Amino acid sequence: MNQNEFIHLIEPFKDKVFRLAKRLLVSSEEAQDATQDILVKLWDKKNGLGQYKNVEALAMTMTKNYCLDQLKSKRASNLKIVHTNFTDREAGLDQKMEDQDSWSWVEKIINELPEQQKLIIQMRDIEQYDFEEIAKMLDMNETAIRVALSRARKTIREKMTKTHQYGIS
Amino acid sequence: MELARIEELIEKYFQGDTTLAEEKQLKQYFSTETVAAHLEHYKPLFNYLTVNDKELFNKELSLPSKKRFSAAWIAIAASLVFFGGLFAYLNYKPSPAPAQVVSDLGSFVSPEEAFEETQKALALLSENVNEGVESIAYLNEYEKSKQLIFKK
Repeated sequence: MNQNEFIHLIEPFKDKVFRLAKRLLVSSEEAQDATQDILVKLWDKKNGLGQYKNVEALAMTMTKNYCLDQLKSKRASNLKIVHTNFTDREAGLDQKMEDQDSWSWVEKIINELPEQQKLIIQMRDIEQYDFEEIAKMLDMNETAIRVALSRARKTIREKMTKTHQYGIS
Repeated sequence: MELARIEELIEKYFQGDTTLAEEKQLKQYFSTETVAAHLEHYKPLFNYLTVNDKELFNKELSLPSKKRFSAAWIAIAASLVFFGGLFAYLNYKPSPAPAQVVSDLGSFVSPEEAFEETQKALALLSENVNEGVESIAYLNEYEKSKQLIFKK
């Protein structure tokens, strides 16, 4: 596999890898570094990629593991991730939003969820994978994923309703 | 789409039971202008979920070329250096010591003359040294009297 073929292969999912990394690591820069690392890892094992039926699922699983490792080592070394880039958006996207304020509230609420729920919300509600794929990527069974997803969505609803009723809490 | 259907979908959504198609319907509904007032507060959520997948990885991807030195090549290079060193060491012949330099005789012309003068100088030196040694010979007297007192 040469470089062009590889780039062609990762094209459909490299953004998904990036967004998933960003969901977990929060900072754009860190997510970019993580994406870079993961894609290089994939590139390193390019000769073995033929055995995998679904390279995308493999990449997502690698991303999950990589980011969780990162977070673990970060916690171990007592470093906190800086939440600085909530407002880092392109202008075109901004205009789509009537209510930018509560929109970033949604982001904040999602970022407060436990890692596993974050992962599931990201994969299901944003990347729109079906349950079977998510189950494979996270190595969980579908029922557990449905439960976690429902819990995550309800948490978001609860916090949002609170914000909606009382203003910014 | 009728409101009852949307409400039903929302309920299913929070139970985690919606299909991808149904979720798409919900997102579509909330992206329109006409959202029922009592559902208005879900709007930011669904809009966020819709818009968020537009963020792209736009950093230039740099793939390392595979020209990495393998262990075998490093070993080969190291053994080359080693044998080269060994070869050079075994073949080293010290260059013959330079012949006695005749021109370094200072103010003398012939070596014999220089030799004589050197001997003279050394004789003078030893004479003076002997003089000095004689002058401390009397220190032996102390030794003698000490022997008298502290007989071993």
